[in-house]
Amino acid sequence: MITANPEVEAIVASEYEHGFVTEIESDTLPPGLDEGVVRAISARKGEPQFMLDSRLRAFRHWQTMATPQWAQVHYPPIDYQAISYFSAPKSTEGPKSLDEIDPALLATYTKLGIPIEEQMALSGIAVDAVFDSVSVATTFRVKLAEAGVIFCAISEAVRDYPELVQQYLGTVVPHTDNFYAALNAAVFSDGTFVFVPKGVRCPMELSTYFRINARNTGQFERTLIIAEAGSYVSYLEGCTAPMRDENQLHAAVVELIAMDDAEIKYSTVQNWYPGDAQGRGGIYNFVTKRGDCRGARSKISWTQVETGSAITWKYPSCLLRGDDSVGEFYSVAVTKGRQQADTGTKMIHLGRNTRSTIVSKGIAAGEGEQTYRGLVRIAARAAGARNHTQCDSLLIGARCAAHTVPYIEVKNQSAQTEHEATTSKISDDQLFYCRSRGLTAEDAVSMIVNGFCKEVFGQLPMEFAIEAQKLLSISLEGAVG
Amino acid sequence: MLSVKGLKAKVGEKEILKGLDLEIGRGEVHAIMGPNGSGKSTLAHVLSGREGYTVTAGTVTFEGHDLLELAPEERAHLGLFLAFQYPVELPGVNNTYFLKAALNAIRSARGEPELDAVAFMRLMKERLKVLHLDDSLLKRPVNFGFSGGEKKRNEIFQMALLEPKLAILDETDSGLDIDALRIVADGVNALRSPERSVILVTHYQRLLDYIEPDVVHVLAQGRIIRSGGKELALELEEKGYGWLGAEEAA
Repeated sequence: MITANPEVEAIVASEYEHGFVTEIESDTLPPGLDEGVVRAISARKGEPQFMLDSRLRAFRHWQTMATPQWAQVHYPPIDYQAISYFSAPKSTEGPKSLDEIDPALLATYTKLGIPIEEQMALSGIAVDAVFDSVSVATTFRVKLAEAGVIFCAISEAVRDYPELVQQYLGTVVPHTDNFYAALNAAVFSDGTFVFVPKGVRCPMELSTYFRINARNTGQFERTLIIAEAGSYVSYLEGCTAPMRDENQLHAAVVELIAMDDAEIKYSTVQNWYPGDAQGRGGIYNFVTKRGDCRGARSKISWTQVETGSAITWKYPSCLLRGDDSVGEFYSVAVTKGRQQADTGTKMIHLGRNTRSTIVSKGIAAGEGEQTYRGLVRIAARAAGARNHTQCDSLLIGARCAAHTVPYIEVKNQSAQTEHEATTSKISDDQLFYCRSRGLTAEDAVSMIVNGFCKEVFGQLPMEFAIEAQKLLSISLEGAVG
Repeated sequence: MLSVKGLKAKVGEKEILKGLDLEIGRGEVHAIMGPNGSGKSTLAHVLSGREGYTVTAGTVTFEGHDLLELAPEERAHLGLFLAFQYPVELPGVNNTYFLKAALNAIRSARGEPELDAVAFMRLMKERLKVLHLDDSLLKRPVNFGFSGGEKKRNEIFQMALLEPKLAILDETDSGLDIDALRIVADGVNALRSPERSVILVTHYQRLLDYIEPDVVHVLAQGRIIRSGGKELALELEEKGYGWLGAEEAA
């Protein structure tokens, strides 16, 4: 018989800090999606013909597809005609420096705790700040340009580096891949483009901050990162969003390509609005993320700390094509209140002697529900493949749930796969032990949960590991639950 | 320092403590012995504030405060410490980090300045030496992957670090071999001071060879039925609990 610990449950309830809206004029398309809207988006972005053609192909294909139903998440059907597919703040038309940016926008970032000036001056992290659908500020381009690294908004890349975009965009996640990928390919409004040339180690962490602002505007971000042979890049994606009444769809696509001996480290700290106590109004985070280890000895690592969104549906995955390539997935997913998550990863072993590591830590609290869904597929020709999977769930309180759905498909006899799973609760004994040493119950929960997530936090770039720990504490005591 | 009067407590519907009286003076070491089921651990848990026990009558005053009104962490802030009979494991929680947080929580509750990382490490290392413990303890998770003996020694180590006013050692000697027992006893003895009181809850006389008590109590059927000097423990060892009419609880 499971009994609830009222102290622990009380810790889990508090206010979402980032709930506010910036009052800025927006250039927003009316809701609805048809070919005209797709053309309008392309036109507003000044895209070359190949891009418009690509969007139209995707849109027409999307029209033939049906919404996938297989995930263990529940939500009312989305009316795709009720969403506006483009929103750009009027005050921006490609600024060259921070001086050109609307002060209200900058104030927004300050409110979110992302003072751009401080970031620029102190941490040396280049920030490509996205406000709704148009990139607002891109910093440190000069330093990166010296190294030969291209780091810009995807809409700029489409205009300035069309050959690269044409060569790589859609090669890891084609528009036929799934319903949301097709939608994204048709209406993606912005995102990040990174290109690291041969042998270059990107001199700093790259990072992007997003924000959804206008009502009924879905965010359709598209990110493409290419690491040429022998190069290295670490990219951090972090999101916050304001309080809304309507659910907001976030169907992003991220494609990573790593050539011979290249390495891409992609870290995400996600804190989208999770919905109110009744589960209304939160962000729907339906994302397709995939890394292609194209080259031999290439490596792609995904690290994610997911604490927000009403519904999280994503499987950052790795195609291990190159011989001796390595794929990694480290995840902490928190669901509380009425949040739902169906998340995990897919490791597809194709080349020889490939390795993959999966560490998934799920924390469920309140009435949150989460499912880890993982696929380890080892193809017939993938000799010597190795996988280690560890998925652990921590349940806080008596009303939450965690499920694990591992798929392991092995078609090569020399492969080795290991799967370990644990489910645990923060026991009353553990809480009492901590309290008997003078710690409050809140601190005890925080400490135990951090210990649980340690292995994942250890993978984050140092600058953000501390932020992630704080976010975890806050979301366990400070998100609407 | 501690005054327990007429304490009655139950677990679920079963009454375990049936009117217990106990007076502990400052700087005194009291041993509480008794057969299984007599309520020794219940007493330790009620004093430290563990959930699952309902006090139905009586009072407990600690340093002038009504102890039963306080949350477990508040009792710790006042200087109460419980060495668990079964120390709890906290996987992934680093020993150093845990103890630093605990010590600073207590210091801050007392209005004392918190220790920074450097000062704390110095203190840790000092205490490790006293208890003949390895430096590796600093990096290990709390009690996770520890042998039974190591867990018990870790409890005494925590006690040495947190410097409580009243330490309750709940069957600290159970599961220890002679050498470990000696180390633990040395550790407790090193902490004896006129400002510190200790309650030793134990089955066996053996621990009392190493830690000499000032007073020995016999707890049976939920009450203290006899108190005396350390010779009382030796008599019990010779004659058994039945001698006092203190049979094992049904």
